[in-house]
Amino acid sequence: MSEKIISKFFDIEDSHTIEIYEKHGGYETIRKVLKQWTPEQIIEEVSNANLRGLGGAGFPAGRKWSFIPKDSPKPKYLVINADESEPGTFKDRYVIDHYTHGLFEGIMIASYAIGAHKAFIYIRGEYIRQTERLVEQIEAAYEKGYLGKGIFGSKFDLDLIVHRGAGAYICGEETALLESLEGKKGWPRMKPPFPAIEGAFHSPTIVNNVETLAYVPTIIKNGADSFANLGSERNGGLRLYSISGHVKNPGVYELPMGIPLREIIYEHAGGLENGNGIKAVIPGGSSSPILTPNEIDVNMDFDSLAAIGSMLGSAGIIVMDDSTCMVRALYVVTRFYHHESCGQCTPCREGTGWAEKVLKRILDGAGRPEDVDNLVEIADNIIGNTICPLGDAAALPIQSYVKKFREEFEYHVREGKCDVKGQ
Amino acid sequence: MEFCKAAKTECDKIIAKYPEKRAAMLPVLYLAEKEFGHISPEVEKYVGKLLDVPPVKVHEVMTFYTLIAAKPRGKYHFQICRGLSCDLKGCVKIIDYLSEKLGLSSDETSDDLMYTFTPVECLAACETAPMMQLNEDYYGNLTKEKIDDILKENS
Ligand SMILES: Cc1cc2nc3c(=O)[nH]c(=O)nc-3n(C[C@H](O)[C@H](O)[C@H](O)COP(=O)(O)O)c2cc1C
Ligand code: SF4
Ligand code: FES
Repeated sequence: MSEKIISKFFDIEDSHTIEIYEKHGGYETIRKVLKQWTPEQIIEEVSNANLRGLGGAGFPAGRKWSFIPKDSPKPKYLVINADESEPGTFKDRYVIDHYTHGLFEGIMIASYAIGAHKAFIYIRGEYIRQTERLVEQIEAAYEKGYLGKGIFGSKFDLDLIVHRGAGAYICGEETALLESLEGKKGWPRMKPPFPAIEGAFHSPTIVNNVETLAYVPTIIKNGADSFANLGSERNGGLRLYSISGHVKNPGVYELPMGIPLREIIYEHAGGLENGNGIKAVIPGGSSSPILTPNEIDVNMDFDSLAAIGSMLGSAGIIVMDDSTCMVRALYVVTRFYHHESCGQCTPCREGTGWAEKVLKRILDGAGRPEDVDNLVEIADNIIGNTICPLGDAAALPIQSYVKKFREEFEYHVREGKCDVKGQ
Repeated sequence: MEFCKAAKTECDKIIAKYPEKRAAMLPVLYLAEKEFGHISPEVEKYVGKLLDVPPVKVHEVMTFYTLIAAKPRGKYHFQICRGLSCDLKGCVKIIDYLSEKLGLSSDETSDDLMYTFTPVECLAACETAPMMQLNEDYYGNLTKEKIDDILKENS
């Protein structure tokens, strides 16, 4: 059995309560931190632990915190990204449901490190039950003096506020999220300025994913090295892999950074249903370029996936067996990006719409000979020409599906039907 | 058009949490949805007044986000996932079945205001695909039989 940090709590009854969390050593670390640690020491420890941003981009967490200007007279904010809307990703829900106070303790330590006295959890609007849980457990923490003025009897004040989104994938992107938090429509901002300099309410702000912060207490408690050593080079620790699609046991698995994808699929998720073979795998949410069966020995860390032209992203793995029609899969993915494009940049707004239309007509047996090249061209025109990375997120799947399964697309166009068994 | 006293108190409490009044937009809209059923143009105006923003800015928010009701919605709101993982697990058949059972096509509400039917994007519960959300709760591993049972319980 490999080590578990967060998922240890998934099977413990009432693990979301203060009482059970404290029974397992919870809130010991923040008490120590408030007495013995300086903010700089925390940031150094988190940097040395090689904790990467687990929301998708993989930016080193400690380094991000160090960008907060020390001399700014403005208030600082910590914003916790619980928007969880990258298709194929569902891990943060488990953290919120079962490791509620572990997340809070991470939030407290991070707030202390960056000097924030107000933190906002931005949670996707559909997570109504999770919103209720957070609100109820925050109240419990206030009652105990763990939140509010002078937390744990220290001089450090911290307010924690839950902010429920209202159904827009783009609000997972950090600057769109900040606009949304400020009461506006979720249109991404141009960067720079980066949120660490000018984020929420024109003030220095750190945006971190739920899971990223949930690992912080363990890092401080056990030390940077012990966390770093659980993972691979420059990719510290464990992380929560969401796996779905045609596997026997879909779910959330907490495993080391850098574990081979094949191992997750076959050893942890039980392999494929019905003994089918693999046709393709999405390694890190629907935005990540797709992998073929001969690529699944890749190690699941940010650098290894980047090296083969894909992304670890949110570690939302979607497995497709050999009965899958790749044209249909790409159509569903592209329809999503078109639906979720905020419409601010023409290449993204028009390109995603056009690609969806082309894919639909190929699926309907009305594809034109130039359509396959058209798709690639549409994608090429989006990449690098947009304000936020959603444009690339829509274009990269188009490029990779067409490149790796071109014959299937051409067959569809030529014959007006699918040649995959079971379709 | 005005909040009752309890809702007004709740609204003030929400606004007080934020450094700027306008940031209370989504929570106050959710509160208004609870109080008034949906956000009509009059409610938009009222929320604008509460938050010191022009009504057009409230309207902009209402048209951007999908979850807050701009028109009356059914007592039972079915949001059924059409995302990739659900698609791989055959959600199309389930979506068609539910649509037929309810007699509603996408984004429609029944005349008696009992049901609203909305196919939606990934709800982040792909491990239970095919799945849907009915009001506050998620229902996973859907089959036609399961849909029948859920409909029986919620009618
Ligand atoms: C279109 C888009 C959607 C995103 N959705 C999410 C999301 O749902 N949750 C999340 O944590 N990060 C999401 N991100 C990444 C955030 O912009 C940001 O990088 C992250 O919240 C930073 O936290 P981290 O460094 O801890 O990962 C998204 C990014 C893009 C471009
Ligand atoms: S790339 Fe797309 S989603 Fe991002 S800002 Fe431009 S239009 Fe909006
Ligand atoms: S695709 Fe349906 S819940 Fe994710």
